[in-house]
Amino acid sequence: MGDNLQPQGAAVTIRDWSWRHGSRKRWALQGIDLRIEPGERVLLLGASGSGKSTLLQGLAGVLGGDEEGESSGSILLDGNAPVESRGKVGLVLQDPDSQVILAKVGDDVAFGLENLGVAREDIWPRVRESLGAVGLNVGLDQPTSTLSGGQKQRLALAGVLAMRPGLLLLDEPTANLDPDGVNEVVKAVTAVAELTRATVVVVEHRVDIWLPIVDRVIVLGGDGTILADGTPRQVLRDNIRTLSDAGIWLPNFRSPNFRATTTPGELLVSTERLGVGWDRTILDEITIQVRAGATTAITGPNGVGKTTLALTLAGLLEPKAGKLITEPRLRSGIGPDPIRWRSSELISRIGTVFQNPEHEFLRQTVRSEIEVGPKSLRLAASEVTRRCDELLERLGLEHLAEANPFTLSGGEKRRLSVATVLASRPKLLVLDEPTFAQDQRSWLELIALLAELVSSGSGILASTHDRVFVDSLADSEFALPRNDSQNV
Amino acid sequence: MSNRFESVNPVAKLAAALLIAFCLVPTIDWVSSGVALLFELIVIPFLGLGWRRFWIRTLAVWIAAPLTAVTIALYGQTSGQVYFEWLIIRVSDGSIELAIATALRILAIGLPSVALFVTIDPTDLADGLAQTWRLPSRFVLGALAGQRLVGLFIADWRFLNLARRSRGVADSGRIRRIPGLVFAMLVLAIRRGSKLATAMEARGFGGTTNRTWARASQFGFTEWLVVLSGLAIGLTGDLVAIATGQWNFILG
Repeated sequence: MGDNLQPQGAAVTIRDWSWRHGSRKRWALQGIDLRIEPGERVLLLGASGSGKSTLLQGLAGVLGGDEEGESSGSILLDGNAPVESRGKVGLVLQDPDSQVILAKVGDDVAFGLENLGVAREDIWPRVRESLGAVGLNVGLDQPTSTLSGGQKQRLALAGVLAMRPGLLLLDEPTANLDPDGVNEVVKAVTAVAELTRATVVVVEHRVDIWLPIVDRVIVLGGDGTILADGTPRQVLRDNIRTLSDAGIWLPNFRSPNFRATTTPGELLVSTERLGVGWDRTILDEITIQVRAGATTAITGPNGVGKTTLALTLAGLLEPKAGKLITEPRLRSGIGPDPIRWRSSELISRIGTVFQNPEHEFLRQTVRSEIEVGPKSLRLAASEVTRRCDELLERLGLEHLAEANPFTLSGGEKRRLSVATVLASRPKLLVLDEPTFAQDQRSWLELIALLAELVSSGSGILASTHDRVFVDSLADSEFALPRNDSQNV
Repeated sequence: MSNRFESVNPVAKLAAALLIAFCLVPTIDWVSSGVALLFELIVIPFLGLGWRRFWIRTLAVWIAAPLTAVTIALYGQTSGQVYFEWLIIRVSDGSIELAIATALRILAIGLPSVALFVTIDPTDLADGLAQTWRLPSRFVLGALAGQRLVGLFIADWRFLNLARRSRGVADSGRIRRIPGLVFAMLVLAIRRGSKLATAMEARGFGGTTNRTWARASQFGFTEWLVVLSGLAIGLTGDLVAIATGQWNFILG
């Protein structure tokens, strides 16, 4: 099989290359000079906003033309511009859902080959070969919608591999996956790199995942230039401070213990044989307790129903079976069923932070976004402003008060969605995958904030697959087992 | 037989359904639709649909036909003997005949369409449209990839609704919130769409190379047979209607 997979990597030559997005004043990258030899495996690091993804998209030739932005200098792959090197470059992105193109596994892998004009009789052997290389042993007719996140990422990798690229670009390919998914993808990338000898460039802020397979580390600085470049050992040794300031997850990271020193407080919500689901029941017989002054974590693999359970406990989804019991101290004078509470009654009792902050945003500026809750509670204008100012300062969003929420970085969006909930001062805070795709710095800030809330008496319920989060903060863990019907 | 029909080029199925409709739409009479329906009921069992699936998928048609008929019988154009009258309701010979004709027409056009479409796989249809009808691959594949986003849009819509409740703004009128929801949905849809476009472009889509197709879309004897059967059923209905003097042109 290795003979078929064109065992050679592409050489990358970047000369004095700069790029500026159409709508921005600042150059995202400035005067980049870089040579990557065929077959090298590079880990590209940098703070969010340092231009890592821009560089990767430039290499992939998908930055768009003059209407998207302005560029100078040159990028060459084996002597040609990336746009003219279709098929030579394979790009795998972060979000598994936005990379699946067609409805069936086989068709999806074949898609790139069709675009390259590969003859029909050559397409199917290459499709099978690529699926084998990434270890995705499902039928060609299997619907892509039934795949797990890790499987979708391996499907994307297979689709790219089938095109026999000389350069493989991976943009945080594991950021949205649970630990099993991360392992699957890393294993598949390793196998593919061994097999094809392709040049690999991977962007990621979790260093330990990729350290075993890369032989070079490049660090981009906040000003759009290259800060460090060398062997992993050397770069990581000489730049510890810079890297951790930039939010990079360094190997052997040990999170401080944020667990509350006080004993957990009184019960807020509990369930008896609760069944949850959207259309049909996906989890049944759930018995769980959520207390004030404590963090309760719901853990388990992707797709097992963590989100659905959390949203049901948050009073947003109607229970399918069993009982959801709210204590009087949480209800403070209204009925027992949270799903029957009015929206304005809910927010001062239970606040929910969604996995994707973009689902929550309602207003044009950060400030007015935070004011939504307090205004719905009909608080006095002075109190609304007071709460808003306090949260802006506490969550480091002051300088963004007038910015549009959609333009914030991932970490900032997460902090804003927490701020919008805290503004209504709920007694119970429900968070769905709060640390999803966060760099280390925003991660630490978030954990510290949650710890503070717990010690001031709030109850926290979080669905998560982040082991470090559970180890650092959770007082109790409710582990959902892997579902038998799920694909492994 | 059943698998044979599943594998017939979707373009042929689409054409057959369209031809039946094309023949039956111009006339409202119970003969043309009745004759076509008779032939269809003979042919449909051989399409390999399975009775259970047939009834479930065509349920809407079976409900729509009598409902429409009742409405037309009550309010349709009056002629001949009047059997019942109350306020603006007037049941007459004319309105009853019109009602029967309409019900038969809905069945004669609806049943074969559903029966033909349920066996169509969107990917096969795209292959067929691009290869047989030579529609531009950009549009066909863009639409095909886009329809896969529908599931994500539904999830987005649900989360948007839940998020509004959790933000404390879901108490005021449901209707008043819709414009905001639709706008938020549009923003998310555009973002998802542009991500998908990047993923497609990164796999060489939209380049200058002549595209190949992983699966051949055949249009052979069986396909022509399916198309001609559709035409024959519709035309026979029309001819019998004309011969019996029942032809009733809609614009006449």
